[in-house]
Amino acid sequence: MEAHSATASAPRAGLRLPGVGAGLGRGTVVLYLSLIVLLPLAAVVSQSLEGGISTFWEAVTSPLAVSSLKLTVICSLIVVVINAIFGTIIAWILVRDEFPGKAAVNAVIDLPFALPTIVASLTLLALYGNDSPVGIHLAATRAAVVVALLFVTLPFVVRAVQPLLLEMDREMEAAAASLGAGGLTIFRRIIFPNLLPGLAAGVALAFARALGEFGSVLLFAGGLPQTMVSSIFIRQQIESGNNVGASAVSVVLLAASLLLLAAVTLIQRWGNRHERSSSGLTVMPMSGEDFTVKKDPDEGH
Amino acid sequence: MRATNSNTSRWGLRVLGLGYLTLLLLAPLVMIFYKTFEHGLAPPIDAITSPDGLHALKLTLLTVAIAVPLNTVFGIGCALLLVRHKWKGNAVIDAIINLPFAISPIVIGLSLFLLYGTDGWLGPTLAEAGIKVLFSVPGIVLACVFVSLPFVVRETVPVLQEIGTDQEQAASTLGANAWQTFWRITLPAIRWGVAYGVVLTTARVLGEFGAVTIVSGSISGQTQTLPLFVEKQFENFNFPGAYGASVVLAFLALSTLLAMNLLKRKEDA
Repeated sequence: MEAHSATASAPRAGLRLPGVGAGLGRGTVVLYLSLIVLLPLAAVVSQSLEGGISTFWEAVTSPLAVSSLKLTVICSLIVVVINAIFGTIIAWILVRDEFPGKAAVNAVIDLPFALPTIVASLTLLALYGNDSPVGIHLAATRAAVVVALLFVTLPFVVRAVQPLLLEMDREMEAAAASLGAGGLTIFRRIIFPNLLPGLAAGVALAFARALGEFGSVLLFAGGLPQTMVSSIFIRQQIESGNNVGASAVSVVLLAASLLLLAAVTLIQRWGNRHERSSSGLTVMPMSGEDFTVKKDPDEGH
Repeated sequence: MRATNSNTSRWGLRVLGLGYLTLLLLAPLVMIFYKTFEHGLAPPIDAITSPDGLHALKLTLLTVAIAVPLNTVFGIGCALLLVRHKWKGNAVIDAIINLPFAISPIVIGLSLFLLYGTDGWLGPTLAEAGIKVLFSVPGIVLACVFVSLPFVVRETVPVLQEIGTDQEQAASTLGANAWQTFWRITLPAIRWGVAYGVVLTTARVLGEFGAVTIVSGSISGQTQTLPLFVEKQFENFNFPGAYGASVVLAFLALSTLLAMNLLKRKEDA
């Protein structure tokens, strides 16, 4: 409510720079974003089209590029399906279950956001590589690609679903149960529809991350032809001086990123349609902090 | 009947969820520490205190010292503009800020590589002015600024929306100018949100690998950050070195996690 009135009614707004100041600030922001983000990305697009559309198309449809893109998309799809299932289960036990050490488990969920990807790769290799102490040998296989991607994308679905579970009205479930609905029916008809916006946003973000992931895959899955994801393919092209080939595949990944971000925005708008603060600005489940803490005071009474 | 049933499913979910986390998160984390200290303390310490290792650590800290303040100042300013100044361009700015979350670090590296390369739009001009971006510190910093751009904005925006404007209005009614209002009212109110964003930014900059690997050239003792050092040591079969540097990074990551949790609680309070 507050947030809404703050953005909607301009004359009542608090800290406001005078007209010139706001313009100057806006100019700085636009300049910073252009210089840091937009100009470099424009250079990739321009480079990919340097030889015309036909060269671009040839580069994208070269056998190696196609097989890397295919592998990347298939592995990412597998990863988001597993994420959707296990992410929801983990969010569920963190919200609805009580067990010793729950706070520690909740904290460790963010580890993949904090741990450098190259370290993740090295440690997965130590655990599931050729010297595996547990006898699981995945190094340099496609399964390794999937496991590496599962590691780095773990927090997305958990952190997107958790707040929705927290603020869900449990009376609805109780009502359904008293009317004789079984656990599965309650989940399917009441819980799942409520979790869907968060789940979809988390899945889209995890998919975007998986499509572009590089460091965690590198040492564990390697750059062999059968395990070469697109990001590793792009690095190889750069190293062999084929900037056009690298840029062309990069543009494909870039387009996928844009589509997924657009999807996240739409999903959030849909999820927020009867929510109090719909300022139009996006919220990312990077931290969990946005959600987990603040929403329950309202629900309490 | 129902009670036993729900008990079974409760235990089932618990085992599934925690088992998954153990295999995917905990076991690997334990493994780094085990592998590092398998043959005692000396090998990893030697690796990290080697000239190249120390240089990599210093370069990583230098990058943090430049990139994090830049994105913090930008992040606070940008969040203020987005929340407090309605403008039709805000939606576009908001969308651009999210880009680094979704773009592959390799593509980010390539974009800088092309822009500042010898045939790039900016490369030749800067080279004439004697500024070397690629394969040197500015390139590494630019890559880190790009990948960590969204965190402070994303963490600050919701807090700014939450605190509302009553206190700021009161301050300005009492004669405070915009600058005073910001330092005395707004910043103290949003500080934990900002701090949370700073922690996430720092973690990302410390560990950035993909984008940096393209622009830095990974020259030992010159443009090698700590994550690049890990890869190089691994490629050279110097495993104690690779694990030693990894443990330093893992330790920093765990400190980050700890800081995140403390800040979450502060904000909650």
